[in-house]
Amino acid sequence: MTALLEVRNLGKRFGGFVALEDIALSVQPGERVGLIGPNGSGKSTLVNCICGTLRNEAGSVHFDGRPLDGSTAHQRTRRGVARTFQLPRPFASLTLAENLRIPLLYTVATRGGMPHTASHIDARCLTLLREVGLDGKAHRLPGDLTQVEMRKLELVRAMAAEPKLLIADESMAGLTHSEVEEILILLKRLNEQGVTVILIEHIMRAVMSFSQRLVVLVSGRKIADGEPNAVVREPEVERAYLGQ
Amino acid sequence: MIFSFDLLVDAIVSGILIGAFYAAVTAGITLSFGILDVVNIAHPGFIILGSYIVYIISLNLGIDPIIAAILVTPAFYVLGAAIYQVYYVSFEKRGQESMRGLAFFFGILFITEVSLVLYFGVDYRYVEARYIGPTWHFGFVDIPLRILVPCLVSLLLIAALQLVLTRTFIGRAIMAVAQDELALRLMAVDPIRIKRIAFGISIATAALAGAFLIIIQPVEPSVGREYIGRVFAICVLGGMGSLPGTLVAAMLVGIVESLTSTFYGPSWAPAVSFGFLLLTLAVRPAGLLGR
Amino acid sequence: MRTDIFLIVSLLIGACVYGLAATLGNDYYFFAGYVVLQYVVLATAWNILGGYCGYVNFGSAAFFALGAYSTVALYRFHPMPIPVDVVLGGVASGIVGLGTGYLTLRMRGAFFAIATLALAVVLETLVVNWDYVGGSRGAYIVRPETIAPFGSYIKYLFAIMLLLAIGSITVARLIERSRLGYGFATIRDDELAAEASGVPTLRLKLVATTISGALMGMAGAPFPYYIGYLQPSSAFGLDYAVNSIAMPLIGGTTSWVGPLIGAVLLGSLQQIATVTISSAVNLLIVGFLLVGFVIVAPNGIIGLVQKYVQHRPLRQVGRRHIKADAPEATP
Repeated sequence: MTALLEVRNLGKRFGGFVALEDIALSVQPGERVGLIGPNGSGKSTLVNCICGTLRNEAGSVHFDGRPLDGSTAHQRTRRGVARTFQLPRPFASLTLAENLRIPLLYTVATRGGMPHTASHIDARCLTLLREVGLDGKAHRLPGDLTQVEMRKLELVRAMAAEPKLLIADESMAGLTHSEVEEILILLKRLNEQGVTVILIEHIMRAVMSFSQRLVVLVSGRKIADGEPNAVVREPEVERAYLGQ
Repeated sequence: MIFSFDLLVDAIVSGILIGAFYAAVTAGITLSFGILDVVNIAHPGFIILGSYIVYIISLNLGIDPIIAAILVTPAFYVLGAAIYQVYYVSFEKRGQESMRGLAFFFGILFITEVSLVLYFGVDYRYVEARYIGPTWHFGFVDIPLRILVPCLVSLLLIAALQLVLTRTFIGRAIMAVAQDELALRLMAVDPIRIKRIAFGISIATAALAGAFLIIIQPVEPSVGREYIGRVFAICVLGGMGSLPGTLVAAMLVGIVESLTSTFYGPSWAPAVSFGFLLLTLAVRPAGLLGR
Repeated sequence: MRTDIFLIVSLLIGACVYGLAATLGNDYYFFAGYVVLQYVVLATAWNILGGYCGYVNFGSAAFFALGAYSTVALYRFHPMPIPVDVVLGGVASGIVGLGTGYLTLRMRGAFFAIATLALAVVLETLVVNWDYVGGSRGAYIVRPETIAPFGSYIKYLFAIMLLLAIGSITVARLIERSRLGYGFATIRDDELAAEASGVPTLRLKLVATTISGALMGMAGAPFPYYIGYLQPSSAFGLDYAVNSIAMPLIGGTTSWVGPLIGAVLLGSLQQIATVTISSAVNLLIVGFLLVGFVIVAPNGIIGLVQKYVQHRPLRQVGRRHIKADAPEATP
């Protein structure tokens, strides 16, 4: 089986600071991968390099058998890589339904296969919002939402792009126990529909219950990659989290 | 035109001298735009305002324009602090600095210029001082004192500002405020207060820069506009928020402008800074001496 | 309302405006009306980039002057019918808009704003040094006294500007309701999120700078015929830059109605004030209105109306993303 996402020897520096060094990562279609690491270990930088928000100086990223290098962020989204942002970034002047309209118009429609009629798009927006229980607020502005609703909007907007790979960057930070559960159920359902998911998370309970595989970054290097329960017992991982 | 070594050296020397003055003009922008990320496009307006206030004071009290400017700096500081407060409450807090904040400063620039036109008319005004007039000659290099004096005081100003920024607590807080507001809050320092102080200082430098300007050349209200492209070009070129970078970039722009006006004619000089700005933005956005 | 019906209705309204001005029986109304309409075009053009995309253009005067000077250059070569001038002026300004956008739009919005400010200074420098179009002395354009079937020439100019105003409003309205308009709104709100949703932000920004620049140039193209004697200082007048920002911001930036209201109100006010008080005082008023509105009524007149009459939720404009103060949970 060929990998859906193949990161090879990826390196990124900011001035003299090495944010990522020689990262290799391979994700199979349909996999659920957890990505963990202490603050500043380079998780978000890795996401940004995969999604085209930042340019990596070294290494390459292949997606679905073809290289992503050199393509812009929106081209990557259209190819099937969707992401959420660590701090939700809704389109503040657009209603929730309109927020979802953007990936439909600019990503799904560009791939063809989606009817262009306004009523179809409206219906699709509502269906998506219903999936996360936000259909009641379809015509409100993001400013009216609570923390957890905002995170759901962020997720559902990424889902609206109908990605092959969804990268959820700390979608659960600051949420309560039951809210984390809600998001996890959402992500699992998405995965069952065939979407590959990379979950970046600090809440270990969530990562452990979600991931089939766990990848650990520390100071810009990958120090572990494998079965979650085995990975967390590796001495190097324990040291990074508990020791020193 | 026959290439002349004399003219070249003369142009370079006067470029360096005028460059030091440009650094003083830009210092305020380096503080507000470079460090605080407040896009104060009205800064040249405050400089012209400074020129006119210095003009009135030195005309009425008969004191040296630079002394007059130093007397005015506290008032400019207060003005700057007040403007930042309005800006903060109306735009930064609401997250609207990108469009309405810019329009706000543009409006202030415009109001300043039109008010000066209404009050003083569009005639050129100039000041009197002992050093305006005489010129020192070193071989074929002419150094007019009306440029040398502002140049030297400009260098003093830049040095003093750099000392404040690097050696005092307030200065370090100013340098830190753009990087990490949270860290300042943890140290029980109010970042808004720090920004208000920094913006006050930035406008206070405009009083001095205004005095230098009216010493160097006669001033009319629309002169400020010529400086908009220039100061931002220098600020960006100097790497945003670095005073030494500003000084080097200012001298570079000064030299190139001076060469342009020597060899192509003075009416082309304003285009130089814009060319610099566009080139910098397009080729090396971090500035020549960028971080 | 469908676009074709909208266009027909606006043309009818335009015909009424023309008819009204004609019945007043004094060419002064055409002269004054021309300026107001010119501001309608400028404000609408500014808003396509400024209001929809959130990119502030301080160089409206430069684009306007570019249109005016392309007419002068053409006139020196061979006088052309004004519609040809309008098209060519639009092309010239559109190209400069595209170029400015290309050089600066990769940077933060503030750099674009600064670059446009400087652009005005540089273009003025170029024109002042360009003798073919009159340099600093200015250039005379001989305006025919009359033209069939309008009668006096100013009526013809007025009609052209009226059509341009209707055209630019239609373009703005069309953009607002299209996929393009949604793309513009995401650029205004959050460019990173826009890219992540598949919006080609750079390309859309270039579309906006080009359309906006072209419309401004078109507004400037007939100007030499209006004024008869074009000087750099009148073509590059700061009042164009200020008005084309103030009018949309005072009217409201989220919809095509805002710039129209702003331009008609402020434009008429200035036409009245120029007669009664000095033009400098009247520009000062515009300056204070601009500053006052951005502080007190950030969503302009439309925002005020929505707030007090309809109680509809306000569409917030501006780059705002909600700051989530999420405590970083450590594992």
